[in-house]
Amino acid sequence: MSQPSPDTLQLTGSGRLRNFLTIDALPRSILEEILDTAASFVDVGDRSIKKVPLLRGKTVINLFFEPSTRTRTTFELAAKRLSADVLNMDIARSSTSKGETLMDMLRNLEAMSADMFVVRHGDSGAVDYIARHATPEVAIINAGDGRHAHPTQAMLDMYTIRHYKGGFAGLKVAIVGDILHSRVARSEIHALNILGAEEVRVVAPRTLLPADIDSLGAKVFTRLEDGLRDADVVIALRLQKERMSAALLPSESEFFRLYGLTNERLAVAHPDAIVMHPGPINRGVEIASEVADGPRAVILHQVTFGIAVRMAVMSLCMSGRETEREAAHAAAR
Amino acid sequence: MQPHADLLIRKARVIDPASGRDEVADLLVEDGRISRIGASLDAPGVDMVDAEGLWLLPGLVDSCIRLSEPARGRAGTIASETHAAAAAGITHLVALPDTDPVADHAAAVRLIRERSVRAAAARVVPLGALTQGLAGAQLSEMSSLADIGCVAFANAGKPVQDTLVLKRAFEYAATFDLPVVVRPQDAALSAGGCVHEGPVSTRLGLPGIPPLAESLDVARALMLAKATGVRLHLQLLTTADSVALVRAARAAGQAVTADVGIHHLWLDDTAVRGFNSLCHVDPPLRSATDRAALLEGVADGTLDAICSQHTPLSAAAKLAPFPSTEPGISGVDTLLGLTLELVEQGQLPLARALDAVTQAPARCLGVRGGSLEYGRLASLCVVDPARRRPVAERWLSAGRNTPWLNYSLPGQVQLTLCEGRVTWQADA
Repeated sequence: MSQPSPDTLQLTGSGRLRNFLTIDALPRSILEEILDTAASFVDVGDRSIKKVPLLRGKTVINLFFEPSTRTRTTFELAAKRLSADVLNMDIARSSTSKGETLMDMLRNLEAMSADMFVVRHGDSGAVDYIARHATPEVAIINAGDGRHAHPTQAMLDMYTIRHYKGGFAGLKVAIVGDILHSRVARSEIHALNILGAEEVRVVAPRTLLPADIDSLGAKVFTRLEDGLRDADVVIALRLQKERMSAALLPSESEFFRLYGLTNERLAVAHPDAIVMHPGPINRGVEIASEVADGPRAVILHQVTFGIAVRMAVMSLCMSGRETEREAAHAAAR
Repeated sequence: MQPHADLLIRKARVIDPASGRDEVADLLVEDGRISRIGASLDAPGVDMVDAEGLWLLPGLVDSCIRLSEPARGRAGTIASETHAAAAAGITHLVALPDTDPVADHAAAVRLIRERSVRAAAARVVPLGALTQGLAGAQLSEMSSLADIGCVAFANAGKPVQDTLVLKRAFEYAATFDLPVVVRPQDAALSAGGCVHEGPVSTRLGLPGIPPLAESLDVARALMLAKATGVRLHLQLLTTADSVALVRAARAAGQAVTADVGIHHLWLDDTAVRGFNSLCHVDPPLRSATDRAALLEGVADGTLDAICSQHTPLSAAAKLAPFPSTEPGISGVDTLLGLTLELVEQGQLPLARALDAVTQAPARCLGVRGGSLEYGRLASLCVVDPARRRPVAERWLSAGRNTPWLNYSLPGQVQLTLCEGRVTWQADA
């Protein structure tokens, strides 16, 4: 049953990033390196020439098996600001439902001398699978797989938190809403624990909490007031409409009444608490307009930081691979 | 097909859980039948097998396998898979009715029987479908199917959701005293799931199947069996609660039997970490606590039998993101080795372990096999208990979907006889 562990899939022999699949079990130093590197890219968007040449001559393919305009756009922009050539492929799930077909497609794309795949897929583990089966020359970035992981979203949230709070020590972070179906929440819980947040809380009715979520390092609250008390950071998650038909919730309005973020509810949080959301938001479902548009909300800054964080992840994976190749060459000589 | 054998197997440790025999003795097979067991037998002109230091066991009875043909998507043929079984000491294979076409009518069962008789190196014992097309709506012609050799009736991996249909199926089977095999799983509670619901499913973001999906259905089957008087065999139990329910029903006097898959005795849900699709099975690998309860259940006899749940798959079936892979492990090659390894590790007493793969499954499902009886066509195997060998060295199933290929297991089978004929003989 021996398989390469996610660690060896993600890290080079000398501990540099080579793929970015999940936050789970990554060392703190890597997460900090991503944040520091992102900081150096944040102002690229303000320059008259919005480009740096780090990925010049490289080909990045956005492989989206699940529709997403926002995430794909920010990845595309990030790659272009790194001077890469970018190809977008939106693939209907049905055309690759058979494993062989997916493998064939990978082989075809590899034959085009791609250097990086940015992958989103509806199946948990799909990006991990592609990383195991694609040629090792191609860097794989996870843009969201099933309920498993969305590591770049989590890192841009970490960037935002560090930007506003200066660091993670002593922070209480509350993640509110549909934890069960959320890859964002899972990646955030890992990242916050690795970066040393004091307390990571999840707040939801029991129908939206995955089994044994505490085993990931999260404290469970079912009452919003308790979960928000003294919180420094509040992250609301998007609630999909189909949760009602699956009998997980009675209605959007009851959810909002019990778990929606309003100014009144946020009164028990820390006075300087910031409110985040991975977007797109449902006003009046998980968050009130007064909060989304209010002074605590940092939602639009998340989007800006998201481009810098994705640039950081892409350039670190490429430079990790360069170093690996140089080391291999030196050893061969 | 081989002729009926004449053989004198000498100085083996003869272990027969059915009769309690465990002694070093000679065993004589004449014209395929066991004629004598005793010390220093003499049979001039008969081929001799020197089995000193080896064990002589009844042929193993595997109470749950899935046929490769007629079926879609599974690897191998009846010939290849029964050959693999024979090399692993198995002589009787109880086959689920989830073939293609489904074994719900006489023609399909006859087809299976014909192909089995022609090609098989082991006796394939078919289960009939409990409902037509396994759809859980209309009863199959159980009595007619029994007449052509179906020993019991099952709905395989497809739960009968409608409790009224299940009750009537039990009543109808009870009318003709036919046993019913239930693989408990509540359809709604397990829908969409692919692994045990717990810390591992949560970490990997894989949709889970809660243990409750099984134990609730065990409770339903037990209550219905009690009410209808049907002979019930519960198949592939995986949870601690299921074991407790069966134990309590037995204590209350209910006649119910049960089996467990060998892989559920060896692996827990942590085996799927890293999205290891080789450990994607249905029902899923459960928690360490459940696994401990299953072992305890086998040890005290609450779980009568251990089966392989043999599901040989093509390589492509496992080449996909985890939730899209086919569940199943190819199991006949390792059933005996893994069972004996449980004994070596002190998890099960030898007598109980051997009973669980020979006599007990035969008794549960009315299979004529699993014991060393005088006068009956011999189904037996000769095993070198001490010899460990890498599993990959003798892998005969066409399905290589197993997590054990890189392991060494004890119990090399030297010789297998099925119903009087030699079906496996190892190279010296």
